[in-house]
Amino acid sequence: MIHLNNVSKRFRHPDGGWFDAVRATTLSIAEGEIFGLIGFSGAGKSTLLRLINLLERPEAGAVLVDGQDLTRLSASELRRARQNIGMVFQQFNLLANRTVAENVAFPLEIAGWNRADIALRVAECLEVVGLTDRAEHYPAQLSGGQKQRVGIARALAPRPKVILADEPTSALDPKTTQSVLQCLADINARFGVTIVLVTHEMGVVRAICQRAALLDGGSVVEVMDVKQGEVQALSSAARDMLEAA
Amino acid sequence: MEAITFAEAWSNLVLLGPEIWQACLETALMLGIGLSAAVLLGGPLGVWLYLAQPGQILANRFVAGLLGWLVNLVRSFPFIILMVSLVPLTRLIVGSTIGPVAAAVPLSFAAIPYFARLVEQTLREVPRGVVEAAEAMGASPLQIVFKVLLREARAGLVNALTILTISFLSYSAVAGVVGGGGIGDLAIRYGYYRFQSEVMLAMVLLLVVVVQIIQLGGNYLAARLDKR
Repeated sequence: MIHLNNVSKRFRHPDGGWFDAVRATTLSIAEGEIFGLIGFSGAGKSTLLRLINLLERPEAGAVLVDGQDLTRLSASELRRARQNIGMVFQQFNLLANRTVAENVAFPLEIAGWNRADIALRVAECLEVVGLTDRAEHYPAQLSGGQKQRVGIARALAPRPKVILADEPTSALDPKTTQSVLQCLADINARFGVTIVLVTHEMGVVRAICQRAALLDGGSVVEVMDVKQGEVQALSSAARDMLEAA
Repeated sequence: MEAITFAEAWSNLVLLGPEIWQACLETALMLGIGLSAAVLLGGPLGVWLYLAQPGQILANRFVAGLLGWLVNLVRSFPFIILMVSLVPLTRLIVGSTIGPVAAAVPLSFAAIPYFARLVEQTLREVPRGVVEAAEAMGASPLQIVFKVLLREARAGLVNALTILTISFLSYSAVAGVVGGGGIGDLAIRYGYYRFQSEVMLAMVLLLVVVVQIIQLGGNYLAARLDKR
């Protein structure tokens, strides 16, 4: 579903030097998979995630999502492709002056859906995340966990094939984290959406990922399988890092 | 100057009633034109100024520099000098340099960059992440402006308009002195040139009341619109 082919990204320091956020990286993520990107802060995991929907444009390499190389698209083609890739954020990034229902409707308005279809789809998505009774509330009236579930409903609304989740539980307490992860796992199971999830917590990877890439210094150290809630690291470098974490 | 009784002062003001009403209409006309120009031209200019900043969706160092410089240029003119220097332009547009419509030309000229700057500052309060979320969903720049930026900043924009209105209420009094008419002009003509202090006092009180009403109305509307 997602193929990153030799992608790299660097940022300019204020002092003029360069910082290699992602070094030439190749990664394949299968359809229907929940894939984790894990590493310490500064390892390049968020940048790698943001390369997948081209919020960051790579200096080199190709980004294939659902068979399409996003780096070759025009601005309007890229906008259409992005409607097929939902995104969930650590800080939720909901629109404060829109109700819950209007937030979930937002990507559908952008995609040009008609009113009646929007209303139906919004109701469905709020049902999926269990927030039907909060439809007319504003984000400021919700708890953190509820806000993130609105974020997930919003990402799910346009029936995307992929959802990118950038530290979706890092602003939440442990109990709320469990319910939000459960919500993501549900969506993956029910609709077959491929989910790529950035986290710095092994617990999150163990809870819902099938595979995870361990990142360090902008490179993938190892792509690990997760079986029965255990992360299977083969290389010693990966094992050392997991011990330290 | 001899002191007059309250009754005499009141009867003077009643005699001036129609002229006061006329002055109010002239002030309203000047403000109406000036504020409309500010919203219709200064608003988009402010949005563009914001979008051209580094890191924003239409980031362009040259455009940002040029627009910022233009806004600062017009804003650095003392209003009375701007008004005098715009006399030829006013004559060209309106065909006259006196009356409230003529005075509205320099008022608009001053109000457009003023409001543009207020809009730009207000939009900075919209969290970058929210704009980024809209980009990630495939929103176009126009959709980001109307559905995200203006909507999320709407309470702040109402506050900006309130500030603009009150500032330009007093600017309009200056414009009045050079033939624009309006409340300020009336206060100067009767209260200062003819020593009728009660007229000056009454006009100032009137302006005090109007300013309070505008501010209260603006605060109320902003609070209603703000769901953050």
